[in-house]
Amino acid sequence: MLGLIGESGAGKSTIGLSAMGYGRGGIELTGGEILLNGREIREASGRTLRSLRGAEVTYVAQSAAAAFNPAKCLMDQVVEASVSHGRATRAAAEARAVELFRKLGLPEPETFGSRYPHQVSGGQLQRAMTAMALCPEPDLVIFDEPTTALDVTTQLGVLSAIKAAIREQGVAALYITHDLAVVAQIADDIMVLRQGKTVEYGTTEQIITAPQEDYTRALVSVTAKAHEEKITDLPPVLEIEGLTARYRGMDRDVLSDINMAIQPGTTLAVVGESGSGKSTLARVITGLLPPVAGRITFDGRVLPAVRKRRTREDLRELQMVYQMADVAMNPRQTVGTIIGRPLRFYFGMKGREQRRRVIELLDQIELGEAFIDRYPAELSGGQKQRVCIARALAAKPRLIICDEVTSALDPLVAEGILKLLADLQAREQVSYLFITHDIATVRAIADTIAVMHLGKLVRYGTKSEVLAPPFDDYTDMLLKSVPEMRLGWMEEVTAR
Amino acid sequence: MRRVPIPALVGLAITGLFLFSAIAAPLIAPYGVSEVVGDVWEPASSEFWLGTDNIGRDLLSRLIWGGQTTILVASAATVVSFVTGSVAGLFAAVIGGWVDQVLSRFVDLVMAIPTLIFALVVLSVMPVTIPVLILVMGLLDSTRVFRLSRAVASDIAVMDYVEAAELRGEGRVWTIFREILPNALSPLVAEAGMRFIFMVLFVSTLSFLGLGVQPPGADWGGIVKENKDGIVYGIPAALLPAVAIAALAISVNLVADWVLDRTSSLKGGRNG
Repeated sequence: MLGLIGESGAGKSTIGLSAMGYGRGGIELTGGEILLNGREIREASGRTLRSLRGAEVTYVAQSAAAAFNPAKCLMDQVVEASVSHGRATRAAAEARAVELFRKLGLPEPETFGSRYPHQVSGGQLQRAMTAMALCPEPDLVIFDEPTTALDVTTQLGVLSAIKAAIREQGVAALYITHDLAVVAQIADDIMVLRQGKTVEYGTTEQIITAPQEDYTRALVSVTAKAHEEKITDLPPVLEIEGLTARYRGMDRDVLSDINMAIQPGTTLAVVGESGSGKSTLARVITGLLPPVAGRITFDGRVLPAVRKRRTREDLRELQMVYQMADVAMNPRQTVGTIIGRPLRFYFGMKGREQRRRVIELLDQIELGEAFIDRYPAELSGGQKQRVCIARALAAKPRLIICDEVTSALDPLVAEGILKLLADLQAREQVSYLFITHDIATVRAIADTIAVMHLGKLVRYGTKSEVLAPPFDDYTDMLLKSVPEMRLGWMEEVTAR
Repeated sequence: MRRVPIPALVGLAITGLFLFSAIAAPLIAPYGVSEVVGDVWEPASSEFWLGTDNIGRDLLSRLIWGGQTTILVASAATVVSFVTGSVAGLFAAVIGGWVDQVLSRFVDLVMAIPTLIFALVVLSVMPVTIPVLILVMGLLDSTRVFRLSRAVASDIAVMDYVEAAELRGEGRVWTIFREILPNALSPLVAEAGMRFIFMVLFVSTLSFLGLGVQPPGADWGGIVKENKDGIVYGIPAALLPAVAIAALAISVNLVADWVLDRTSSLKGGRNG
């Protein structure tokens, strides 16, 4: 198995798709050779390609939910390629699919195929797609970020299932991902790509333990950053007591009885999987979702539950940075307008004074004056997130809520954002409520940690307390599931 | 600046020509609008370039003056329709709740009645003057603009930047006109072109039915009506205003297409 790794725009997916003789969105394969089983397929006819795809080479997409047809049961879709290519009769293909379901650790393999895509979880759907890819007994399977959209605990199960199935079937695989720690667990060889060029190509062991190129070295060490925890005994800037919340029309609480506090100039990381209520917590604190019960105290004063009843000062001191910087900025406003608006709105700054402050903020986020007239579409992902941070900072807040601010970014870019946030904290004494699902990020930034699971706070304390044994079951599982950048990690964890 | 595509150029040229002749009508029309200058249905000649109409008025002059009326009524009605429809639509989308319900159901109610019949009923009980015509047409048509702008705005209203503005404490007016409207503009502009064409057709239809522009004033629908009997004798007088209507509709459409294309691929446009 070959692992392809690189940041977005590195050309990983293009390579993956061209291995099937396919160029996405008008990409033309202008030169070179693609040999599949010794046959050149770059210039093969549509008919030849059709006979190859789904038979000799198959594909596992990133989003299983979008790749399955919701109107057909899983079995129909899993065996479709095998049957239509004449690789097996319907009965034989179904028998094989059941066998694959069993190997991939799916529940009730005999009847699993009769379910519909919406009746199974995301991790199970991803395994079903792997079964679909393996069913025609292909020679090559292409995995395009199959676990990126999954929670860490689910990811671990899917990864080990894929690895075992691939090994047992003896097929070749191309595994595309941006997460080096993941690929280190599963691939035999690794190719590091950047901007369409190969940076380094070697065995997994060599890449992880003895990277030759600077870029690879940076990738390998990216998760190793640690952060010295700060503890102050100043009165907390934000205190949450007995917070319980639910969405209208739902009969269960999304948050139940949450208590936590953030000291000035420190970072509280809220960790949990999707559905744990982390983002709801942010909505409750900002007043978008009034809680059913509980109290939010900000800087010694009780905040009104509803946003509309909060004063402008309340709003100013509590800013938010979103996960998707693309949609968090108005695409029709320039960077200058985006950052300038809070200055005007909260402090009445206009004209030259405003411009001077905007430039000052741009310098703080390491972008500089040249960016002031750009539109969001002219910025890279990391730059967009920096502008969002500057917009929050413009209000001179006491607390910034960061909702998964780095999870849509490439590792090295994310690292830059985390460093920026830490620098800004040291300079401005601002506190962060940092919502994330990534333990590595937590290690890099948190002073205190709150672990959430199904709307409840399962563990809360300073970083050294939370990340040290004895663990409760959930925290233990969460910590164990985070891929580590070393060989054999997955075997160790799954063996336990 | 990119090159303007050829269809858009053609559209711009024809639309421009129509607009020019509408504005400059007093200067370029050879005769007055209701001046009887010749015989009935005279053929085209050097004196009357397009011939004369059913009572001997110069057809070219009638067409030019009629174009002025048609374009004026259609543009004004488009503006009325657009301002009412989009403002109401944006407010409905942003405020939501019962305001949205009341507005939307009212619009459904109006749309359930065929526009033309509704207009005929209203116009038959009201004095048919140009302002009344514009208002009736504009308000009836604003229902379509309302639907579109509400749909577009509800998509935008859930974006994080709108939530960010809300969290900043911005008022509704800022949210609607500074955050949502600029991003809703390109589909709305394209729709404006479409609405204008419908207005041209609408006013022509009304005039043809006798409830639009009243004689002796001229508009394209009215000219068709006056000369329709000539078709039986092979006289093309009724076809010329029809050609004018078609040419205007197509050329405005070409321009609208180009505008949509251009604004949506602008920096930060919705298509990236």
